[in-house]
Amino acid sequence: MPASDSMASSVVEVRNLSKRFQGFTAVDNISFDIKKGEILGLLGPNGAGKTTTIHMLLGLITPTIGSIHMFGLDLATHRETILQQVNFSSTYISMPFSLTVEENLKVIARLYELKHIQQRIDDIVKKLEMEDIRHRLTRKLSSGQMSRLTLAKAIMTEPKVLFLDEPTASLDPDIVNKIKSFLKEYQRSEGLSILYTSHNMREMEEMSDRIIFLQRGKIVAEGTATEIIQRYGQRDLEEVFLKLAREQNGP
Amino acid sequence: MSLGRIVALLSRHMYLYKRSFARLLEIFYWPFLDLVVWGFITIYLEKVGMSLHGAVSFFLGALILWDVLFRAQQGIAVSFLEEMWARNLMNLFASPLTVGEYLVATMTMSVLKVTAVGGLMMLFAWVFYSYDILQMGLSLLPFVLNLVISGWIIGVLTTSIIMRFGQQAEVLAWGMVFLFQPISCVFYPIEVLPPVLQSLAWIVPPAHIFEGMRGVLTTGNAPVTHLLWATGLNGGFLLIIVAWFYHTFNICKDRGMLVRVGE
Repeated sequence: MPASDSMASSVVEVRNLSKRFQGFTAVDNISFDIKKGEILGLLGPNGAGKTTTIHMLLGLITPTIGSIHMFGLDLATHRETILQQVNFSSTYISMPFSLTVEENLKVIARLYELKHIQQRIDDIVKKLEMEDIRHRLTRKLSSGQMSRLTLAKAIMTEPKVLFLDEPTASLDPDIVNKIKSFLKEYQRSEGLSILYTSHNMREMEEMSDRIIFLQRGKIVAEGTATEIIQRYGQRDLEEVFLKLAREQNGP
Repeated sequence: MSLGRIVALLSRHMYLYKRSFARLLEIFYWPFLDLVVWGFITIYLEKVGMSLHGAVSFFLGALILWDVLFRAQQGIAVSFLEEMWARNLMNLFASPLTVGEYLVATMTMSVLKVTAVGGLMMLFAWVFYSYDILQMGLSLLPFVLNLVISGWIIGVLTTSIIMRFGQQAEVLAWGMVFLFQPISCVFYPIEVLPPVLQSLAWIVPPAHIFEGMRGVLTTGNAPVTHLLWATGLNGGFLLIIVAWFYHTFNICKDRGMLVRVGE
C-alpha cells in the first residue's frame, strides 16, 4: 500500500522493513501501521526484533531494506522534522548521571527547542510527582525514579508518537501501576500514538489497542488481544506468548 | 543548523563541569604542572649558559601552544567520551540533533577549553617566570587559530575511531595527539628530524605552525609561507576528516553500533 493512501489515519507506516546484521536477520520484512491515538503493542520473546524495530523507527539503525514513514514523511529524508515530533523511553536507557533531574530536563528541552522551558519542566515534574527529586543528581535516583525521569523527558517534548521499550521492566508494582495510569490518561487526553513493548502480558492486554507478535524478526500474529487469544485457542495472552516462544526456541 | 540545539549540548557540558572537581582539575592541574617543570628546565638551561636564544620564550611559548593543540583535540574527543560513559548517545541522536550540529557543539566546547587552559597558562607563565607570550603580538593569533583547527582534526579522527571500536579505543582520547607530537616539532626545528620524518612533518599542519612560531620569536615577523601551508593543509584535512566522521557515523548506524557504543 503506498504511503499516501493511508496517511489520513496512520501516523506511522512501516513497509517491508528488514534489518540484517552480518549473517543474522534481526527484522524480516515486517509491515505495520500505527494510527492516530492508538497504542500498538509489540510483543515477542528476547531476540525477536522488537528493540531493533524501535531503533530503526528512531533513526538510530539504518534499515537494510524497507521504508518508514511518519506523518506522511519518509524518515530517511525528513529525519529532523519527524524526530521533532517523536520521543522514546526505555528502562534500559540512561541520562547523564552528573546532572540533576532538572538540568537533564532543561538540556532535553533545549535539544527539542521547546518554548517556555521552565513552565514545561514545572508541569511535567508535577504530573509525574517528581517535585522531591527535581534537584537530585541523576546518579542518586532509584530505578523507579529513573524510569519516571526518562518518561518525563519523553513526554515533556509533547510528542505525537511515543516509543516505549519495556518502560516498566524491573519496577515494583506500585510504580508500574502509576506509570500505566499516567500513560493511559495522557494518551487519551493528547491523542498520542504509542508503540509499546513489554514482557508483561497482562500489562500488554491492558495497555494495547492492538498487538503485533514478532518471532525471529517476522510478524506471526496481529490483532486485538482477544482476536489473537482466540486464533491460537489459548486462555490468555501469556499462553499464546509461551506457545509461540517455545515454537521459536524449539522443544 | 540549529543554534538552539548546539547551545543545548554546550549547556549539558557546562552543567557537568560546574560540579565536577576531577574535570576542573584536568583543566588546571596538568597544564600548571607542565608549566612548572618546563619553566625550571628553561631556567636551568639559561643558568648553564646554553647558547639557545630566548630559551624561555622558546620552551614556554612552545608548551603553551602545544597545550592549545592538546586541549582543542580533547575538547572534542572527551566530549564524545562523556556521552558514551553516560550512555547518552541514544538520547542525542534519537532527537532532531544533526551530526553537523553535534560536531559544531564539540568544536565550540574545544574552543572554550582552549581559552580556559590557554588563559591560565599565560597567567601562570607571567606570574612565575615573568614570561608574557602576548609580547609576540598579533602575529601569533593566526598560528593559534590554526592550532585549534589541527586539534579539531585530531579530535574528530579520534572520536570516529572510538565510535567505531567502542570503549577499547577510549585511551586514544588522551594518546592520539602524542602520535603527532614528534613530527609536529614542538620543541625543536624540523631540520633535526631524519629526512624521512622531515618529509612527513611538512604535511602535518602543526609542524608549520611551530616552525612559524619560532620564526616569530627570532625575527618578530610571522613567516607567511608557513602560515599559508598550515592553513591550506588544515582546510583540506578538516574537510576530509569531517567527511570521514559522517561516513563512520553511517557505518555505525548501519551495523547497529551507535546504540551499543559504551557497552
